[in-house]
Amino acid sequence: MKPEVILHSFGYLTQAAATTVAVSFAGIVFGFMIGAAVCAARVSRHVWLKRLGAAYVSVFRGIPLLVQLLFIYYFLAKYGLDVPAIVAAVGGLALSSAAFQAEILRGALNAVPRGQGEAATALGFAGLDIWRRILMPQALRISVPPLINEFILLLKASSLVSVVGIAELTRVSMNIASQTYRPFEAYVGGGLFYLAINLCLAELGGVAERRLAAGSGR
Amino acid sequence: MNPDVLWRYAPSLISGFGVTILCWGLGGALGLLIGFAITLMNRVRIPPLRWVLRAFIEVFRGTPFLMQLFLLYAGGPSFGLRLSATTAGVVGLGLYSSAYFAEIFRASFASVPAGQIEAATSVGMAPFDTLMRVTLPGALIAAVPSIVNMLIVLSKETVVLSIITVPELMYQVQTMAAETFTAFDAIFAMAVFYWLLVETVSRLGARLEARMTAFLAHEERAA
Repeated sequence: MKPEVILHSFGYLTQAAATTVAVSFAGIVFGFMIGAAVCAARVSRHVWLKRLGAAYVSVFRGIPLLVQLLFIYYFLAKYGLDVPAIVAAVGGLALSSAAFQAEILRGALNAVPRGQGEAATALGFAGLDIWRRILMPQALRISVPPLINEFILLLKASSLVSVVGIAELTRVSMNIASQTYRPFEAYVGGGLFYLAINLCLAELGGVAERRLAAGSGR
Repeated sequence: MNPDVLWRYAPSLISGFGVTILCWGLGGALGLLIGFAITLMNRVRIPPLRWVLRAFIEVFRGTPFLMQLFLLYAGGPSFGLRLSATTAGVVGLGLYSSAYFAEIFRASFASVPAGQIEAATSVGMAPFDTLMRVTLPGALIAAVPSIVNMLIVLSKETVVLSIITVPELMYQVQTMAAETFTAFDAIFAMAVFYWLLVETVSRLGARLEARMTAFLAHEERAA
């Protein structure tokens, strides 16, 4: 056991950790946009939109992320699209996360009491205003803690984008392992970074949960 | 997709499927066992032991599964722990899922109403009998939906084992793709296959859950 290995490669690991956070963050943001659209399709009155949304969730939740990533990577290559690996990586994370985020948002919408929408209708709010001013603000507030939880899961899942060659935490740990012949130290080092980031996120989630609970007046 | 190719690779694909199911089954069983043991040990209130178990759960839930696999498979030999890829895969799946199963069991134990345990004590049941006849049955049934859910998540994680060269389905498909230049078709077929697997398991899980909790509906109706 040589802990020096971790100390020597601390700089590389820090850089790689920043890449991991950036890739995951991009994945969660794009995933939120797609997820919001999928959620909107799922709660719409249109039967076919509903089915389309449900099919999206079923497919992207049911197929392992690694398969999705390789599929996107090879799919783009097959049609001669020479996109950088980072696009495949972020795209894969976003498409997969969108399915989970759509379900989080749908759950949050269901958790807004029915009376809220009915009261707004009774007061003469227009359809779009009910969404914009009554339902969405409350649903978003409810969905913050589970969304942070989804971010933690996505951050761990982002280790799989190492297979398409992104120099994130897992890939860099592999490189350090092969350069120093010290795989144990290299992976412990990488793992500690993941752990540190996730503990911070979990703490953030706890704070968000408490603040939002206080704000709801319950 | 060329049917000839598929036919030629059928034996390796079938054996890959076998390895996938084997790793999933053994890994899940190991995870359930360790997870349950962790929960039971946590109920014995020894502070240092609880800190160790807490750290174990945090570490295995806070780091990516791929990282844990690398650590076990590539880092193990530093300590004289030389595992074959498949053994490392099964042990890795077991350790990883045990942290989640431990949390599931903890929550399900907590969900047994205190009144039931008090009632058992007040009618004179010994602590061991209370555990075996009141707490455990209630807790295990409450845990079924979450366990099924975790097993589904685990079935998707088996794909990651291909990265450490466990000869499971994904690994065989990638070998076939590399040898026949049919990457796109092969990965597409994989996607369909896993989707069907996960859909089937979730449907079966829902049915199992309905069956195991059917008596609850009866009780509610009787009440």
